[in-house]
Amino acid sequence: MEQWQGIWVVGETAPGGVAPVTLELMSKGRLLADKLGTDLSVVLIGHGVGALAEGLGAHGADRVYVADHPELADFADEPYARILADLAARERPEVILAGATATGRGFIPRVATLLETGLTADCVDLDVDPADRILRQTRPAWGGNLMATIVCPDRRPQMATVRPNVFRAAKPEPGRRAEVVPVAVDEAQLRRGIEVLEHVETEASGGLREAEIVVTAGRGVGPGEGLELLRRLCELVGGELAATRAVTDAGWLPHRCMIGQTGETVAPRLYMGFGVSGAMPHVVGMQGAEIVVAVNKDPKAPIFDLATYGIVGDVHEILPVLVERLRGRKDSA
Amino acid sequence: MKIVVCIKQVPDEKTVRFDPEKGTLIREGTAAVINPLDLHALEAGVQLREAVGGEVIAVSMGPPQAEEALREAISRGADRGVLLSDRAFAGADTLATTYALHLAVGRLGPVDVVLCGRQTSDGDTAQVGPGLAARMDVPCVAGVTRVEPVDGGAALRVHRPREGGYDVVQVRLPCVLTVAAELNSPRVPSLKGKMAAKKAEIPVWTGADLGADPGRLGMAGSPTRVVETFVPSFDARREMLEGSPEAQVEALLERLRAAGVLAR
Ligand SMILES: Cc1cc2nc3c(=O)[nH]c(=O)nc-3n(C[C@H](O)[C@H](O)[C@H](O)COP(=O)(O)OP(=O)(O)OC[C@H]3O[C@@H](n4cnc5c(N)ncnc54)[C@H](O)[C@@H]3O)c2cc1C
Ligand SMILES: Cc1cc2nc3c(=O)[nH]c(=O)nc-3n(C[C@H](O)[C@H](O)[C@H](O)COP(=O)(O)OP(=O)(O)OC[C@H]3O[C@@H](n4cnc5c(N)ncnc54)[C@H](O)[C@@H]3O)c2cc1C
Repeated sequence: MEQWQGIWVVGETAPGGVAPVTLELMSKGRLLADKLGTDLSVVLIGHGVGALAEGLGAHGADRVYVADHPELADFADEPYARILADLAARERPEVILAGATATGRGFIPRVATLLETGLTADCVDLDVDPADRILRQTRPAWGGNLMATIVCPDRRPQMATVRPNVFRAAKPEPGRRAEVVPVAVDEAQLRRGIEVLEHVETEASGGLREAEIVVTAGRGVGPGEGLELLRRLCELVGGELAATRAVTDAGWLPHRCMIGQTGETVAPRLYMGFGVSGAMPHVVGMQGAEIVVAVNKDPKAPIFDLATYGIVGDVHEILPVLVERLRGRKDSA
Repeated sequence: MKIVVCIKQVPDEKTVRFDPEKGTLIREGTAAVINPLDLHALEAGVQLREAVGGEVIAVSMGPPQAEEALREAISRGADRGVLLSDRAFAGADTLATTYALHLAVGRLGPVDVVLCGRQTSDGDTAQVGPGLAARMDVPCVAGVTRVEPVDGGAALRVHRPREGGYDVVQVRLPCVLTVAAELNSPRVPSLKGKMAAKKAEIPVWTGADLGADPGRLGMAGSPTRVVETFVPSFDARREMLEGSPEAQVEALLERLRAAGVLAR
């Protein structure tokens, strides 16, 4: 087991650079590496990704492995998994962290299977005891109604995925350098059964996940007038409209607006919930918000337990006043 | 087309309660149902069969009562069901689960498509589909929102979700797909289906039937251990804003402006 050393983060790219989730994982990975007295490495797989490697030193990487090949331009689970699993079998990291994104969820379980090791999904907390070097991985199960702490004591690497917006990225340290290690890719690794025919964009980039202000419709808002007012509110404050599962299940807003264990995880500066009860499966997706505002007619609603500011009231009375006040200020400004 | 649909029986979320003291699920009074997304996987399988012909086989690993879930799958259009049940399977994490499922798929002969839910409502890892595909050494497309056969069923064209949109992906057979709820609306059991379900013989396969290495099954074959479970709680940090709606709104706006999240 001592031959397995070092923390790895699986890098992901976004238009214009490294994905935020990679920087978030690197800040946690750096803490874990320091605690264990070991190195932090990032693995970049794709095409044209080499250009991003240099910059990762400033974010805490000691080493960046780069597997760059034209055939890796589109994500495909088989080659991505083989390349990462082969590299890990050779270099023997003790921990591999990856984003629980569409890509990460698509190929990281494959890597764990190829390596015959454990993988913990959607962790919200990671810690390590330097004495036994075992990663304590805490994750929601049952939609977040239950938290479980999971370990992988006897096999390496210890693998975990983490959703975007769960950890905070650290401030970069300009001038800090990483060693860049090119990774050779061979034909056998590139073999695959899928072909990407077309990319279809349906949303502006960022969207809910990167919003500074999130306005959430709960069942208490209802399908009609209330939703219209929430849309107006979003325009006035520059927020993104989100929903609970009760609202998306009812078809009042599309599925992609859902926040929570089954939906998106957000960590905005401001979260405003209207007619949201605050059920755990919803709360796990928004508890990272800096300021939480809740409007609910039931003073016992659980959302008030984590609200920074709570208003007991009917959304159909509060919302018109709120929109009117904000609009009044805009017009007079 | 030979289609396998993987089905997990889970406690019905409408009946589940949690014990905040012990940090566990309260088992009494829970009803067992098919994992909601697996109904969408089943529907996808039945639609594929309707389009190109073939057979839909529902497979579940679980305790003896999971037979009920397989009968329900037949009532909703599966041709037959196979139950993987053995004490040795108990306590399986996703690695041990995919080991058993992979052996079962192998025993069913050459399979063209394996359909899974993207994730379950209890364990909720979304790891079983991709892990199973790794063992089969076939591609997996996760969380698909559309599936259509092309070239008379020689390949499938699917929509794969991605940040900000989706990809149209052509996938060769055999393959594994995990499905999202947006894919389809599961049909309700038909009368004919219910009759077939009642009469169906559901074979039970054990570890020995699968030719499994006992060290790779269940708890013994699971590298992960749950060391603690707890019901999460929060430090109350609330300030309740009192008064008329106007006063409440005014107090709120004042605080949000002071915090700098709203323009002054
Ligand atoms: C496995 C699993 C996964 C899940 N995943 C998610 C998830 O990802 N996201 C998610 O959101 N949910 C999820 N859920 C569902 C979750 O448990 C809750 O059912 C859901 O969040 C409730 O939505 P809600 O708060 O809008 O509705 P409700 O719980 O029905 O609450 C409505 C609230 O509105 C208030 N209200 C009603 N009328 C008014 C009014 N006129 N003015 C003011 N207040 C009013 C009521 O007092 C009540 O508190 C999941 C559940 C399970 C079991
Ligand atoms: C609190 C808790 C936390 C856990 N955390 C982890 C963890 O982090 N890592 C880990 O490896 N295991 C974990 N497990 C164990 C995990 O729940 C089991 O391995 C389970 O057998 C399969 O995982 P899942 O429910 O997450 O399935 P998912 O991967 O979410 O299921 C996806 C699909 O796979 C198919 N499928 C899943 N199970 C079966 C089955 N038994 N029979 C037929 N088809 C099936 C279904 O089509 C399903 O929709 C945890 C269990 C608990 C109770």
